[in-house]
Amino acid sequence: MKAATVNQPKKQPGRFILYGLLIFAGLVSLFPFYWMFVMATQPNHVINQTPPALLPGPELVTNFTNVLGQIDFFGAMMNSLLVSVAVTAGSLFLCSLAGFAFAKLKFKGRDVLFVLILITMMIPPQLGLIPTYYIISQLGWLSDLKAIIVPGLINAFGIFWMRQYIKEAVPDELIEAARIDGCSIFRVYWNIVTPAILPAFATLGIIVFMNVWNDFLWPLVVLQDQSSHTLQVALRALNDSYSRDYGMILSGTFWATVPLIIVFLLFNKAFISSLTQGAVKS
Amino acid sequence: MVSKSEKYTEKKARRSLTEEKRHSIAGYLFISPFFILFAIFGLFPMLFSFYLAFFKWNGLGEMTYNGINNFTIIFNDPIFWKSIYNTVVIGLLGTVPQLIVAFLLAYALNSQVLRFKNTFRVAIFMPYVTSIVAVAILFSIIFNNQSFGLVNSFLGVFGVEPIVFTQSEWGAKIAIAAMIFWRWVGYNTIIFLAGMQSISNDLYEAAKIDGATLSQQLRYITLPMLKPFVLFTVFMGTIGSLQIFTEPLIFFNGNLRDEGITVVAYLYRDAFENNFFGTASATAIVLFAIIMVFSVLNLLITNRLGRGKARKA
Repeated sequence: MKAATVNQPKKQPGRFILYGLLIFAGLVSLFPFYWMFVMATQPNHVINQTPPALLPGPELVTNFTNVLGQIDFFGAMMNSLLVSVAVTAGSLFLCSLAGFAFAKLKFKGRDVLFVLILITMMIPPQLGLIPTYYIISQLGWLSDLKAIIVPGLINAFGIFWMRQYIKEAVPDELIEAARIDGCSIFRVYWNIVTPAILPAFATLGIIVFMNVWNDFLWPLVVLQDQSSHTLQVALRALNDSYSRDYGMILSGTFWATVPLIIVFLLFNKAFISSLTQGAVKS
Repeated sequence: MVSKSEKYTEKKARRSLTEEKRHSIAGYLFISPFFILFAIFGLFPMLFSFYLAFFKWNGLGEMTYNGINNFTIIFNDPIFWKSIYNTVVIGLLGTVPQLIVAFLLAYALNSQVLRFKNTFRVAIFMPYVTSIVAVAILFSIIFNNQSFGLVNSFLGVFGVEPIVFTQSEWGAKIAIAAMIFWRWVGYNTIIFLAGMQSISNDLYEAAKIDGATLSQQLRYITLPMLKPFVLFTVFMGTIGSLQIFTEPLIFFNGNLRDEGITVVAYLYRDAFENNFFGTASATAIVLFAIIMVFSVLNLLITNRLGRGKARKA
């Protein structure tokens, strides 16, 4: 009895601080999303009031119709989807193939080449920005999604990640046995390695998809025609529009954000562990 | 006459030779896409940037040799130095408080008694899934110059006059730093949490038996064990800060003002708005040099730490 009464007041404030801190942090994280939705439903004259509106209004549809009048929202979303899927699929294939070579095949200069790949990770992307832009324009790829997809396939981190995973996940004996049975090396990769590394595909896939979907500087530079804009570039154009119609701007921003948030909420464990694990392990 | 067994070993030798060769061919083939693509879109542009930094070029006409003039031009441009100053200040404002808060949140999330752990994790991590462009647009409107802006009306409750954020030396920086803080704090919380969860509970048990208080446990167990994670987040934060671009571009609506222009934004404006590809390349080289210094510094510190640990073991 006595111990309990002594313990009680000591524990309560600690728990109060713990939950208070986390609830406050959660609110700070979530409130901007909520407020973005509120603004996306309000007419401009309500937005320009003080104090600002904190409850949804009636203009949900109107604001989004205005967005469609300014930018090709769904076209941009399709472009983003196309680019993200293409880069993700291509990177998964190329990174696992190279990772397999570095992990399991023996060839001259293998380790040196692998270190070279690691070194390329340290180069900031802005360094070659201008000449890459020049190359793309010479290839006639300005305002062409190829300008994002093809250079996007370079992924040193992905190769590193795949090599580490394949090294542990695929036993050498399995590969040797398959070779003796007459499998070609590519068949070994296709039939034995890929089924064994599905979790690594998921992790790297989420990382690459997120990066491409959210990329801005490079698409801004090379995707000049409106028809080639990805969602991020289109949002920027919307934000630059003359009218400064905040309801419309935040409506576009809100609906551009929603799809990824839904996917995130559905697969939150996979997302959080993929996006941070990749960082922690390397 | 060749005996049967000799023939067999000869055959085997030839087969193992081709196996080696096959490994080589497949190996080079499988890694070649990276090297081919990197040669075209990575290595060549990089070298060409070093070349271009010594030429005058508008992207269309002739390139004319300009010696070190491009560097002289940017070093004599007060806006260039302003952009470096802004980058550092915004980086510090956006990262230092963020890492401290992330540490506290991770410590709270790691608590044994906490319920709804995953709900909190998801809520705190959600901003990271939002694109930088969306965050920048949203926060530009939250930090609106007008009195009806969310921050200004909040400040108005305390009788503070509305701040014209885009034209305020500190206002612009705080607004941009807030975008970075909000998007990244959850990410770093999860990194720290992963670090804390990797610490064996036995250590805490032993410390408790020895009568260590909570703050002593934090100081002598949690913090030292988290060192590699802290180094990682500091390094990533530093490199990321040096590359801030989207936030100021969106915040100033394309009209990059001196109050918040960053190095990459300065480079972007030079190249793609003014067509000064030579001086922009010079800026890119300077930025590259700064990032390399930090990367090498980080490598040295991490290695030293690793060695220190090995010696102890």
